[in-house]
Amino acid sequence: MASLIGFYSLIFGLCLSLIIVFFSIKNFRNSSIFDKKIISLTFFQFFFVSLSFFGLIFSFINSDFSNETVFNHSHTTKPLFYKISGTWGNHEGSLLLWLLVLTLFIFLFLLKTKKQTKQYRNLTLLIQQIIIIGFFIFLIKTSSPFNYIFPVPMEGLGLNPILQDPALAIHPPILYLGYVGSSIIFSSTLAATSLNYISKEWAKHIKKWVLVSWIFLTLGILLGSIWAYYELGWGGFWFWDPVENVSLMPWLALTTLFHCILILEKRLILTSWVIILSISTFTLSMCGTFLVRSGILNSVHTFANDPERGLFILIFLFGLIFLSIFIFLFFHKSDEKNYNFFWLSKETSILINNWFMMYFLTVILIGTLYPIFLEVISSEKISVGPPFYNKLIIPFLIPFLFVMAIGPKLKWINSDLENKFFLVLFLIISILISYFIIKNFNGDFLINTILLSSAFYLFFSTSKDFLVRGFKNLSQNLAHFGFSLLILSILLNNIFSTEIITNLKIGETFQSEKIKINFESIKSKNIKNYDVIIGKFNIKNLNNNIEVLKPELRIYNQPNIVTSEADIKTNLFTDKFMTMNLVQNQDYFNIRYQNKPFMIWIWLSVLLISFGGIISLFNKRNEN
Amino acid sequence: MYGNKVKLRFFFIFLVFLILSLTAFLILKSLEENVVYFQSPTDVKSLAEIEKNKIRIGGMVKNNSIFIEEKELKFIVTDFENEINVIYTGVIPNLFSEGKGVVAEGFLKDRSLFLATKILAKHDENYMPPEVKAALKEK
Repeated sequence: MASLIGFYSLIFGLCLSLIIVFFSIKNFRNSSIFDKKIISLTFFQFFFVSLSFFGLIFSFINSDFSNETVFNHSHTTKPLFYKISGTWGNHEGSLLLWLLVLTLFIFLFLLKTKKQTKQYRNLTLLIQQIIIIGFFIFLIKTSSPFNYIFPVPMEGLGLNPILQDPALAIHPPILYLGYVGSSIIFSSTLAATSLNYISKEWAKHIKKWVLVSWIFLTLGILLGSIWAYYELGWGGFWFWDPVENVSLMPWLALTTLFHCILILEKRLILTSWVIILSISTFTLSMCGTFLVRSGILNSVHTFANDPERGLFILIFLFGLIFLSIFIFLFFHKSDEKNYNFFWLSKETSILINNWFMMYFLTVILIGTLYPIFLEVISSEKISVGPPFYNKLIIPFLIPFLFVMAIGPKLKWINSDLENKFFLVLFLIISILISYFIIKNFNGDFLINTILLSSAFYLFFSTSKDFLVRGFKNLSQNLAHFGFSLLILSILLNNIFSTEIITNLKIGETFQSEKIKINFESIKSKNIKNYDVIIGKFNIKNLNNNIEVLKPELRIYNQPNIVTSEADIKTNLFTDKFMTMNLVQNQDYFNIRYQNKPFMIWIWLSVLLISFGGIISLFNKRNEN
Repeated sequence: MYGNKVKLRFFFIFLVFLILSLTAFLILKSLEENVVYFQSPTDVKSLAEIEKNKIRIGGMVKNNSIFIEEKELKFIVTDFENEINVIYTGVIPNLFSEGKGVVAEGFLKDRSLFLATKILAKHDENYMPPEVKAALKEK
């Protein structure tokens, strides 16, 4: 029943799209009917898509296995929370979520932009509806979440256990709010371009939308990263896996876009740049969906997939790119008069860092797409790993961090460096600190020292801004401070992480100069939809402190999969991380023990960064 | 003669061009150095000379071939035509087991011995790495 309602709501939603398109085209001539009628139509569309979405959730809660999606991804013994999150833990449901967010955003956009001109809102609506119609057809034709199965199975196939996790349950909705949020930036930028509407006021208004999707994207990536850290048991937070890369690329584009819009808002320059970035952000988000869903990516994250879906998104994607290039080339009139600014100014520093970000983006894009490209033309199968990214990104991070440290201190148009004394002092202090850290702990890596100095430099200079200027420009200070903290913690984490990997039987002890790991015992327990084996390990370090860690192995009933649950002891300075794994038919357990310094600061700093965004969104004073 | 402004503009365009080509060169160069090729056991057997760079191999873990001791894990990867012995020290993913697909990254010692530095985790028991699927299909 719920599936039936869900399916017909989708059809209704699609029909409403067509009606809205009809009205908004008509509206270009006669503007009297715009507001009430069209807003209520978009509301109904949002309503029907939500109804469809709730229909699916309801089928999941009720374990209605006559629905194919529910059958494939749910099970009666699954806890309620994961039954619900299972709704978007699969291809069909997650696309329905895409659609839901698309319709939500256009509805909110119409509500919030009553001060803008009708033509502009109308055209934005029209472009957004084209995207929405595309997704409606995609969903109904290639991946309907409401297919029937007959005879009705008694039990479902269950949700992949590694998705049964609180962080991953909320990761897709948050990430999608970011991804899909960029659609509204795309539509309104194209609308503004065709109407020649781009102005300082427009920049001020679109800035909010950029911020919203940026905040969600940041938080979404953070959640995914935390999940990968403790659930996949690889003990890291970023693996340069293609699926991670496709979320980082729109983030870089969005961050660059945000900074450009700040310039646009002040000076009305760089309009072409802003348009290009808006288009790329959404294209990259779509591209991400395409790559993840088509299955052509050679990634550990890839789930089961279907080539027809990929083809559809690809064609749709090219259609949108073509449309936007057309609008950009034929409608965009560049009339930037006061293009001059002194080389030492805020504009220059933002521009330089934009170039760096574009460079990082290009590197990631090539690293992600090149293997696919090569396979198509030469059927050679390759993969591109972390060394590629490290080698190409890390050296350029150094000037990037320096410009980021100095840039915010400069004024618009023409500036002089103030407080040269502090700048030099910080530089000397940073170099000294880094030198001693690297020297005492980790040989003499020149690059490490320089990198660490630049990170410390940014850290000191943003901390000073933070303390001296306090609430003036709080959001920027907070976000930049968070970023410096992030880079610093990542570096220190990378340099000082240690790990021990060994195979132990119960009762055995691993011993090295610094540490003693005793595998004391295991015990097993039975929980609702899985059995668990809990290992008990005593870890004794040089100072004879004993720490007890209890990693788990979970054996899920359906699907029958074993997963490792890491045990992590976190404090402000370091994470102690342990996983164990049992190899088929063997007595040995595969044990991994890691010491990861400053792990918690990586998460906290990303929170700080997005918090900066949130403050900027709500703070009126900050607009100057 | 050209004015200063025109000169400056030419210089600027030249600079941008230079930076772009340098970037492209840099990226392609390190791409060449850092890609990891995938080979099936049969590919390995037919190699003219032993690959010195890091490669990936993939296939099925042969039944009754897993052997584990304190330091290392040994197993055999097969594509049902040729086999290769693998020795590995490191983290063993949950879904690693006999009769299932596997991808290992590391270095070839000779045509029948592979020293793995990483075994790739998978997320889904139905999921088969595309390379493994293709390698098995060819047989």
